[in-house]
Amino acid sequence: MSSTIAVVDYGMGNLRSVSKALEHVVSADQRVIVTSDAAVIADAERIVFPGQGAARDCMKHLKEMQLEEVVLRAANEKPFLGICMGMQVLMAHSEENQGIKCMGLYAGEVRAFADEALASQMQSLKIPHMGWNKVSQKQTHPLWHDIHDGSRFYFVHSYYVDPADEALVAGTTDYGIDFVSVIARDNVFAAQFHPEKSAHDGLQLLNNFCRWNGRL
Amino acid sequence: MALAKRIIPCLDVDNGRVVKGVQFVDIRDAGNPVEVARRYDEEGADEITFLDITASSDDRETIVHVVEEVANEVFIPLTVGGGIRTLDDVRRMLNAGADKVAINTAAVFNPEFVREASASVGSQCIVVAIDAKQVSAEGEPLRWEIFTHGGRKPTGLDAIEWARKMVDLGAGEILLTSMDRDGTKIGFDLPLTRAISEAVSVPVIASGGVGNLDHLADGVIEGKADAVLAASIFHFAEYSILEAKQHMAERGIEMRL
Repeated sequence: MSSTIAVVDYGMGNLRSVSKALEHVVSADQRVIVTSDAAVIADAERIVFPGQGAARDCMKHLKEMQLEEVVLRAANEKPFLGICMGMQVLMAHSEENQGIKCMGLYAGEVRAFADEALASQMQSLKIPHMGWNKVSQKQTHPLWHDIHDGSRFYFVHSYYVDPADEALVAGTTDYGIDFVSVIARDNVFAAQFHPEKSAHDGLQLLNNFCRWNGRL
Repeated sequence: MALAKRIIPCLDVDNGRVVKGVQFVDIRDAGNPVEVARRYDEEGADEITFLDITASSDDRETIVHVVEEVANEVFIPLTVGGGIRTLDDVRRMLNAGADKVAINTAAVFNPEFVREASASVGSQCIVVAIDAKQVSAEGEPLRWEIFTHGGRKPTGLDAIEWARKMVDLGAGEILLTSMDRDGTKIGFDLPLTRAISEAVSVPVIASGGVGNLDHLADGVIEGKADAVLAASIFHFAEYSILEAKQHMAERGIEMRL
């Protein structure tokens, strides 16, 4: 199983696009497995942790399926890519659903766009933040290889992460406010956007992830 | 604001084949949805919408295979509309690889379906398609109503109120088609587009009436649309998606180029 890429399936959204996009870029000896089996996740060489939907449901499913611990352990051990909700629930807490305790890999809060962003704009902002927006790269990182600073990726979300430690920030995006769209530390890289839906640059990022040794 | 406005080519699919003519010089099979979608992706389409116009419900399964095949190769957001009536329809399309489904007539007959669908799969996956027609007479304040059956049947529902209601029920996006303009090539109904876009908190896609590239730009600048959808001007290769995006960018619109 050493060359397995496990896409964690905890019942939050459709994982077909993620797995198909990964299959498009993996090398010949790598295999993509969509799984909710803790043993497969524990044995995999690298982990993709996606997700869409509400924070409450994500945390509920992770606990019910007894995957929280194995995912957290993976996030401390091997190349780990969080996508969308899979990024948000890595934080300590989310404002969504009247406040939800999350996995707590990183200190910080997941915040709603609504108030501050709306207040700062003459013209009201549409929520969800949906479409192609620019990501300013804030760290030199192997996953940015061959991707220009300021490239556009596809976003769909109403909440964003606000990590306590600024050193986590690997990318920011402007939507009324400058919000953190990518965090990275050690073997973890997590993006608010959907690389699997972001055409060439998204595939490049997944390609970089499949070849990343988890070090900076 | 760095968020780009989107251009969305729309493909009518009948029994698994693209209809209404698609012309690319270097495409082998202009009726093959996978080839057409791949080509639009290469040209820089921001999303692709498939409208299933298959008449017989027995043949509905074909669109599922179309979506699967396209989603295996084209890595941009895909929306599927046409004949989405049950939660099972919604799930089948998403499982096939669609990112969003557009609910149209079923929302009119059963608004709770929108709530049910968005609660089940998330608002971000649910687009409500609204077909509106002007009903106010010359000189009266503008008013539009929802029509069904390709614009033939009035429902008595006010378009602005309806759009707000759909968002309250969980629509994550509105696909707004002016039935007065659809197929006319004289441009979007800009007052309608603007009225709906300013009335709701979610993104609005303008549709119906595009005949040239300025119409696309007008939809964003005057209509306040977040995205513009067009079919024929791209299918007949009058303009490429790239030309359209460049033209919109020249008019000062933020685009993904």
